[in-house]
Amino acid sequence: MTQTTIAGRPVEVDAEGFLTDPQAWDRDIAAEIARENGIPELTDRHWQVIDFMRERYLQDGAAPSIRTLGKASGVPVKELYELFPKGPAKLAAKIGGIPKPRGCI
Amino acid sequence: MPSRIVILGGGTGGTLAANRLHRELGEAVEITVVDQDDRHIYQPGLLFVPFGLADPDHIVRSRRAQLADGVRFVLADVERVDLEEREVELRDAAALPYDVLIVATGARLQPEETEGMLGPGWNERVFTFYDLQGARALRDALARFDGGRLVVNLVDMPVKCPVAPLEFCFLADWFLTERGVRERTELTFATPLDAAFTKPVASKALAGLLDEKGIALETEFATGRVDGAGGVLASWDERELPFDLLVTIPAHGGAAYVERSPGLGDELGFVPCDPHTLQAAAASDVFVLGDAANVPTSKAGSVSHFEGETIVENVRRLLAGEELQPTFDGHANCFIETGFGKALLIDFNYEQEPLAGRFPEPHVGPLPLLRESRMNHWAKLMFEWAYWHVLLPGRDLPGISDQLQTAGRHAPED
Repeated sequence: MTQTTIAGRPVEVDAEGFLTDPQAWDRDIAAEIARENGIPELTDRHWQVIDFMRERYLQDGAAPSIRTLGKASGVPVKELYELFPKGPAKLAAKIGGIPKPRGCI
Repeated sequence: MPSRIVILGGGTGGTLAANRLHRELGEAVEITVVDQDDRHIYQPGLLFVPFGLADPDHIVRSRRAQLADGVRFVLADVERVDLEEREVELRDAAALPYDVLIVATGARLQPEETEGMLGPGWNERVFTFYDLQGARALRDALARFDGGRLVVNLVDMPVKCPVAPLEFCFLADWFLTERGVRERTELTFATPLDAAFTKPVASKALAGLLDEKGIALETEFATGRVDGAGGVLASWDERELPFDLLVTIPAHGGAAYVERSPGLGDELGFVPCDPHTLQAAAASDVFVLGDAANVPTSKAGSVSHFEGETIVENVRRLLAGEELQPTFDGHANCFIETGFGKALLIDFNYEQEPLAGRFPEPHVGPLPLLRESRMNHWAKLMFEWAYWHVLLPGRDLPGISDQLQTAGRHAPED
């Protein structure tokens, strides 16, 4: 755990830069994490995914997988990779201020 | 009037639950097990078929024959579950009203979810060993294989037996060595996970074994499409793995009727439930057992076995109007074949990841955890007998408790 400042707010992050407390998150923090990870601006489509992820996480205690995102977020997998290059589930979780999705087990 | 218990699925979980309930609740209940076929496959045996180590005909028995006398078996497809009417609608058979429903229909392979997987080359150079037909076809292909690029690929989690893809790699290394073609083979394991396995300590041990055996590990590989004709496996982020032979573990979902039953399942067709009581989130008179559940533990026969007592006791309590007991702890226990007559054993639950130690008796064993040994391999082979004669009849394995024993467990020394 490391204490850091994102968008002017003191927050705690893990070794990979994921917020440890989802409640410490806000939309400015999201925008700054996005910029640091190569997404200059968050569009409505980005937000659709991020909001879906947060909602699911706060409801189930687990971040949805890429397959669940593709089926239920309203954004198909191909587009997810365009919006969040490399690893959409991981990057959207990071921007959304929730823990890294585990492959479960 | 006896309470009507309907169990959907006559696999590991459904069978052991039916037999336990019948024994413990006797005349007070009327138990019906529904399945779409009468072929109970010993699924751990599928791993051995491609290497000629198990005869495909010997790992299949009648489902009906595994059920105690007095348990009714209905051969039918499930159309849907009506949670409000408390009724299971069947295709071409009379609907089954229930007082308690147990969902134990496992997981289903969905190769159609990956672009191109069922296209040219399917069962010719693209195989899965997760069903009998595929395992058999792969056995013939491996017998002919004389070197080249062999890629083993896990499409997405969750899958049944998440260690099986690794076991396949280890056994392929052994098999090809014995056949004298290992040196001409490039063996790669491609996984969507960021490590060899889901849990850190075991991942490290398993990655060490992959490395020792010269098996390349391609992590965070999210499978996008399969080109069977061209021999290319591509990820969503445009990485390409060429192959001569692809052994894939397709995406999994729950049984198809779950999607047709409003409110019962999630997007993937798995059924949300309380991870400790196994009561379904959708309705208090529904329980979920085994691979069908979306609980955060392995989809494995051992899990169904360890869930058995919790399910049976909670069905009894529900019928008696008592509070449910939250006794299931996510306990899973898996042998991992590592080739050349050895195996690892891992034992874990929701809270504790697989660690080193001894099993089943702390400090004594005889089986070492998270370490290769011949004894683990023999135990894995002997387990098949216990499966048919102890697990399915719904009996306890002597000396092995349903809950994880944590005494003497520790991270392995390097």
